[in-house]
Amino acid sequence: MAQYAILIHTKAEVVPGAREAHERHFDDLVNSGALVAAFALQPADTATSIRGDVVTDGPFVDAKEVIAGVAIIEAPDLDAALKIARANPATQQGGGVEVRPVEGGFIPDRPATA
Amino acid sequence: MTPPADVESAVADAYRRGWALVLAATAGVARDLDLAEECVQEAYAAALASWARDGIPDTPEAWLTTAAKRRAMDAVRREQTFRSKLPLLVEPEEAEDEPAAVEPENVVPDERLRLIFMCCHPALAQEAQLALTLRLVCGVTTADVARTLLVSEPTMAARMTRAKKKISAARIPFRLPERAELPDRLRAVLGVIHLLFTAGHTAPSGASLVRTDLVDQSIRLARTLRELMPDEREVRGLLALLLVTDARRATRVDAEGRLLRLEDQDRSLWDRSAMSEAHGLIVDGLRGGRPGRYVLQAAIASLYAEAPSYDQTDWPQIVTLYDELLAVWPSPVVALNRTVAVSMVSGPARALEEVAELEKDGRLARYPYLPAIRADLLHRLGRREEASIAYRQTLELTGNEAEREFLAERIGGCLIRPEEIPGTQGP
Repeated sequence: MAQYAILIHTKAEVVPGAREAHERHFDDLVNSGALVAAFALQPADTATSIRGDVVTDGPFVDAKEVIAGVAIIEAPDLDAALKIARANPATQQGGGVEVRPVEGGFIPDRPATA
Repeated sequence: MTPPADVESAVADAYRRGWALVLAATAGVARDLDLAEECVQEAYAAALASWARDGIPDTPEAWLTTAAKRRAMDAVRREQTFRSKLPLLVEPEEAEDEPAAVEPENVVPDERLRLIFMCCHPALAQEAQLALTLRLVCGVTTADVARTLLVSEPTMAARMTRAKKKISAARIPFRLPERAELPDRLRAVLGVIHLLFTAGHTAPSGASLVRTDLVDQSIRLARTLRELMPDEREVRGLLALLLVTDARRATRVDAEGRLLRLEDQDRSLWDRSAMSEAHGLIVDGLRGGRPGRYVLQAAIASLYAEAPSYDQTDWPQIVTLYDELLAVWPSPVVALNRTVAVSMVSGPARALEEVAELEKDGRLARYPYLPAIRADLLHRLGRREEASIAYRQTLELTGNEAEREFLAERIGGCLIRPEEIPGTQGP
């Protein structure tokens, strides 16, 4: 099994029903056992970027679509990973996803914060 | 001892016919493309000495497969001692442990198919698909692939390395697509073969119109695919399309290498056996359900080719086939080609209206055949000033010398010999 990151790109404006669709999609991934981790991000207008010493308001890359979240999945090969990625609602809501093989990473054990 | 010339020709023959087979089988064991390529190359080199000493084996491909697989097994074993972290080719089944003597029937053709589908995976850029297919499926050396695809050798080597790295890092699988994915994946494979053919049929740049090496390579690939997937109608359609198009190879240019129009070509020189083979494939392909893009394209090309003369072409039937083709493949290029047939059925004025519609669409803004066809229609309508402007626009858009020369001459014709234009008496 290999791990892939699915970088979810969406349009900056909120699409009605998007949240529900994503929740259903991720429920499916949890049930199938493919999901390793997933994070949804606050809207891109809450982003702050740093390049060199310069701090600016907004996302790092100025584009029509912004990164809305990231998921790490496990799949035997790229075809299987693409099948999962294709089911991501972002692909049908004017955005899309980028699939990247994971080279390495870890989730540390940490005490729960209050 | 076998005479060296016989051995060399047997090895060359086995290279041409067997490379993909041997490589595909070896890739299954090596599970790394570079290693597999190296082992296959070594096996061919070893064959030269071995066949000279022991005679040419009855089944050269099986001999080569065994030799290459054994080398791969050895290398994999050596590797396992200091297990590298390099990711391996993804293969569903475990590789066999022993490279047992390979009988011809064990050399499953499916392995070649897996190789083709891997090389044409949509996750690879199309230029990488073309390069990998030529290198891994056709056995063309990297230097020749570079020459063939008109890029420098270092660029090609870098492109191949990058593509192979992606195959291994992203785990692009070495296996057949699932049933549900098959239509899309097959379309990609057919697209690569068709692109190779088109690049050879009208070389996008350079002095001569046809690049025989590319044309032959693509027809060979289509034949292999037809052998491996005998039930796929679109595979049949593609092979038929290539055959019928290439049947005119001998007559597309005159003795000086100048491009000839279809109506000026000597039909008696066309390759009848290729045309009749194509015809059989098309008849099969049109049976049972809605035909696909390649079957229809082949049917159209075949109707053009089988008419006794250009004027006697079954134009209404061609327009009907174009309508069907547009329904399965709504491409502006198809719509443009259709206008030529329309001009023969309903006249150049009607066709010109359709060309104007296509121009508005804008997708063909850089396509030299749009102004070329408009120029021809204007020419037939006797509107020679406009025709000559359209020819000039075409010239600006085309990079092939033979095509440029043909068009340059037509411009000359418009300006110098107006009496040739039907329906006008000259100034």
